[in-house]
Order: sequence, then structure tokens, then C-alpha cells
Amino acid sequence: MSYSTPLSELFLRTKSENRAALIGYLPAGFPTIAGSEKVIAAMVEGGVDAVEIGFPYSDPVMDGPVIQDAAEQSLKNGTGAKDVFNLLASTTALGVPGVVMTYWNPIERYGVDAFAQSLKNAGGSGVITPDLTIEESQKWASAAMANEINRIYVVAPSTSDKRMPLVTQQCSGFIYAASLMGVTGTRNSVSGDARELVTRIRETSSLPVAVGLGVSNATQAHEVAAYADGVIVGSAFIRLVQENSDIDAACAAVKTLASSLSEGVRRD
Amino acid sequence: MNLSSGVDQATLNEIVGHFGQYGGRFVPEALIGALDQLEAAHQAAKNDPLFQAELAELHRTYTGRPSILTEAKRFAEHAGGARIFLKREDLNHTGSHKINNVLGQALLTKRMGKKRIIAETGAGQHGVASATAAALMGLECVIYMGEEDTKRQALNVARMKLLGAEVVPVTQGSKTLKDAINEAMRDWVTNVESTHYLLGTVAGPHPFPEMVRDFHRVIGVEARAQILEETGRLPDAILACVGGGSNAIGIFHPFIDDSSVRLIGLEAGGSGIDSGKHAATISGGTPGVLHGTRTYVLQDENGQTVESHSISAGLDYPGVGPEHAYLHDIGRAEYRAINDDQAMEAFALLSRTEGIIPAIETAHALAGALIVGRELGPDALLLINLSGRGDKDVQTAAQYFGIPL
Ligand SMILES: Cc1ncc(COP(=O)(O)O)c(C=O)c1O
Repeated sequence: MSYSTPLSELFLRTKSENRAALIGYLPAGFPTIAGSEKVIAAMVEGGVDAVEIGFPYSDPVMDGPVIQDAAEQSLKNGTGAKDVFNLLASTTALGVPGVVMTYWNPIERYGVDAFAQSLKNAGGSGVITPDLTIEESQKWASAAMANEINRIYVVAPSTSDKRMPLVTQQCSGFIYAASLMGVTGTRNSVSGDARELVTRIRETSSLPVAVGLGVSNATQAHEVAAYADGVIVGSAFIRLVQENSDIDAACAAVKTLASSLSEGVRRD
Repeated sequence: MNLSSGVDQATLNEIVGHFGQYGGRFVPEALIGALDQLEAAHQAAKNDPLFQAELAELHRTYTGRPSILTEAKRFAEHAGGARIFLKREDLNHTGSHKINNVLGQALLTKRMGKKRIIAETGAGQHGVASATAAALMGLECVIYMGEEDTKRQALNVARMKLLGAEVVPVTQGSKTLKDAINEAMRDWVTNVESTHYLLGTVAGPHPFPEMVRDFHRVIGVEARAQILEETGRLPDAILACVGGGSNAIGIFHPFIDDSSVRLIGLEAGGSGIDSGKHAATISGGTPGVLHGTRTYVLQDENGQTVESHSISAGLDYPGVGPEHAYLHDIGRAEYRAINDDQAMEAFALLSRTEGIIPAIETAHALAGALIVGRELGPDALLLINLSGRGDKDVQTAAQYFGIPL
């Protein structure tokens, strides 16, 4: 029953290249609906291997102030499901795997099967669902499998040893390891919990593991790439867009950061 | 277990509390450990006579329980002559039913070995009750409150500070209760080791809806015995206002098996459901997920939560407890919307006919009784949960009625 997606193929390739995959995050419709397409193109030009597109949501409890502000701006721009899938389609057309990160309610509202289908039609590889617990995931699991897309759940340092395999067995594509107990945002250092968490995940699953929360520069990316298969960077890119009101300047800064991070994820 | 499509759903449904298709847990994985711990602590406490005795003693000597039953004869003349009894939760310490849940959860916090509580508040009633319990039990206390609400309810902000709590104004989103809950959940994700999130209503992820209900059941248990003693029979209808739904489920629950008793929840109709400016989640919303639970939600076509509106800050919430969603769908309870003007009319009427100034939240239930009483006629017996007193609302009411301050 297993199937491959552009995302799962990416992890095979980066493994053979002795590096981690660099995954960039941006909410759809931020800073504007047209602007988000430009920023993602800049990320890809800079060397991002895969893109995680955020579905902006009114109540993002897993997100810190940077992503909250970006999501709020995107919602003011009127971003809806159609814009998310359009951006996904234009992203995957660039030749990189694309996934959507969304809180659960927008999926339920769109229709669980319809969401999986639209994602597939846009060339998407899977969906990261930060507030969908495995207990509530039956319908989603069926829809994702029927459309051959990946289900990516977030695992936390507080996930117990007993629960860990129950969650990781539900994942496909990769497993998202939240590096710390907290919300998204840049941090001065990547929590030491991350390494231990990745070790604990690997005891239960042979899937690739990507680390997110708090990674913002090449040094941190390098550190994480030593033990993880993927490095996820979001708030650091968003901050650059927030700091540069001119979209071309923002894209230039994003591209520079992406290429520096892309150096970082190569192992020594 | 079926590994291809996941964990056995029937088994998991039993572990994780559902009310029909509602309830459950839609939260970051980081919180699962804490929710499991809380559920275990609650189950243990429920079956522990020592815990129950400690809580009962606190209620007797601190809350002021049992709360009395008052017959509202002059008010009833305006309700088709039905007999009306008020369950006086307004006489509890801190002025509302909220203290029932707060003392229960604060005791659980101590049992779990946690030293810090956080809570959300809209009107400030739950915040004041939480700050009170924290002071009583020596816990650190942080209250999240939408910036809009800190302005509207400045007096309650001062009360919380006097009680030693830190009040954090929330500037995200709509700057009201919904955003205060988001911010409290973010704090909890970050500090879950040391901190208990003392949620103030029967919403949120399992076990909150069930646990908060259990702490408020005392209202209905007392009221059932009291009304039987006063009148020799069960009421024809029980009315309560519904924001998140805690005071309503507290008085409804012990009567659920009494099929002759109608259970009627009154939601905040704001400027009217048709106006789109309301907080009547069951009457005007659709099933969805908000703040960790599946329930009725005010939402748009993209699943974004829509802002609610009500003259009553305590009912101004775009979600509702999942058990109410379930009771509605199976037809065991009915939910109706009362708009701002109807509520304020009932507010004034109770004040002038009975000498009791109710909370504006509660006034929605009173307005419902005026309607239901007329529908049922003079032989009817109604029981109303008088969930809180109106001291906190004097400014809003004075403004509404044009009384100069
Ligand atoms: C007096 C009073 N009644 C009712 C409510 C609404 O809450 P619930 O629906 O959970 O009882 C509040 C909330 O602040 C309140 O202060």
C-alpha cells in the first residue's frame, strides 16, 4: 500500500547526497497573494528543497507572534482555500515538492476528501496537521491514502515513549519533530531536546525526521542537519519579508538566507 | 489494531471523550501528556472521598454553598403567571457560578504538583475567581484577557491585580475572549510542566468539557432537592444562559434523565441572528473545530472563526461546549437566541420586581423565562439558573439606560 511522492523521493536524494533537506515555510497570501508566489520562487532559487505552504487560520495556537502577524495579514488580503491551492500548484510547477501546513478546521470545512483531492491535483505531496491528534485522524487517513498523499504529524518532546510509536506509525513522507516545548518563532539556539527527540523517534520509525521550531541561520541548520533528515525554517524567512516592505528587496533577502541555509544543511 | 488506516477508532473514542460526533481533542501533540495527566487526576479525584470532602468543605465555608432557591413572584407576573424559582449562584463568593469549577481545578492543580495556573477571561468573572483561588491556595496566577476587554472591564482588572494575579492584555486578533484562549494555550504549550491551564467553561479539549461539568453539577444536584422540597415536583423547564455553557450544563445535567423536564439554553443573539452580529453559536453556527474541540462554531466558508458580538462579555464567544452541541442534535435540550434589548429589558425587570440585579449574561436566561412562561401558562413551574450578579455590569447598564455616572 505504500506509494512514493515527490517529497519522499526528495528525502532519498538528500540522503544519497549526505545532507539534510531544507524546507521553507510561508503562509499563502503573505505579504500579498501575488507576493507569496514571488517569495517562494526566491526561496527555491536560493536552494530550498521543498516548500511548506501555510493555510492562514484565525486561531493559530501553535504559532508565535511572527507567524501570527503574517497569517493575520494574509487573512486581511482575503486568502482562502483557492489561493492556497493555486500557490501550491505554482510552487510544485517550479519542480520542488510542496506540502500544506494547516490547522484542522479549514480542512473539515472544505471537506476532508475534497481537500486531499485538491491537494493532489495541485501537485502537492502531503499535509502537515499540527492540531489533528491521531485519535481524530481516521477520516483524514483514509482520504490521504486514497489520494496517495503524505500525512505529516508533529511529535513533541513531551510525547511519551508509549505514545510515540502510535503517532509515528500514522506518519508518511516524514515525521515533524518540534524541537522544543513552545510555539513557532526564531530562537537564539536550537533546543538540546531536539536531538534526543529525533533519537527517540528513530527507535520507532524508519521514516525521515525533519526538525522545526526555532531554526533561523546556517549554523543552527548545520547543527540540526548532523542528526536530522530535514530542517524546517519559517519565522526567519517571514521576518525578512516583514522587514522589507519592497517585495523585490524582500525576495533578495529571502534568496540570500535560503542559499546560506542550503550550505548549512550539507554535512561535513 | 489496524496499522494501515490507524489506531482502532472505537477504542480511542472511549479513551478520548466524545459526545456523539462532538468533543474530542484537536490540540498540538505537546499538550497530550498534560491532558492525559489532568484526566487521570480528575478521575482519581472523582472517586476519592477525601478530595470530595475537601471540596465540599471549601464550598460550605468559602463559596457559601448550598446556594439558596428564591421564588420570584413579582417577576413571574410578567411571565404568564408561571411559578419561577431562581437558583442563586450570584450569592457565591466572587459573585457567580464560576467559583465552583475554579476551586475544583485549583485543588487538582495542587494534587498534580503544579505551582502556577493560567486562565482566560472575557468579562473578568472567571479571571477574578481564578485569582481568588490562587490567592487562597498560594499558586502563581497569570490571567490572559483581550485588550478590548481589559478596557471594557477595567474594574475587574484591578480586582485581579489586588488579588495578586498578573493580567496580560492580549493584542492579537480580535483582542477578545477567543484570542485570550489562544494566548493561554500558547503559554500552556510552552510551560506545561509547571503550569495548569484553568479553563473557565465546558469547552476545550477533553477532559475539560467533562471535568468542568462535573464541578458545576453541584448546582443541579442542589436545585433538584430544593425544588422538590419547595414544590413537591420537578420543574417543567429549566433555563440557563449559554456562553461556553458551564452554568447551563451544571444545572441541566442532573435532570437529563427526567424526560418531563425541558432543558432550555439561551444564547446571546446580539443585534439579532439575521444581523450577523451575535454570539448564538448553536442557533446561528455550524459544526466545526475551535479551541481543541468539535462543536458548533461561528465560522466562514474557509473555516475561519467569525467574531461574535454580544452586550454581555461573558457570552461573547464564537464556540460552545460540545455536550450542548450533542444535547441539541439529539433533541434533549433546546437553544434559543435572546438579543441584547430583550436581555436588558429582563435585566431591568428583575432588578425592579425582585431587588436582584443580575449579570447581563444571566439576564438572557431571565428573558427566556418571560417567553417560555407565557408559552406554558400559569400552571408551569420554571427553574432559572441565576448564574451571576450584576455589580460588574453597572457601568454597561447605566450606559444602556442612559443613567449618568
Ligand atoms: C454570570 C455569568 N453567567 C454566565 C457566563 C457564561 O459562561 P457559561 O456559559 O460557561 O456559564 C459568565 C461568563 O463570564 C458569567 O460571568
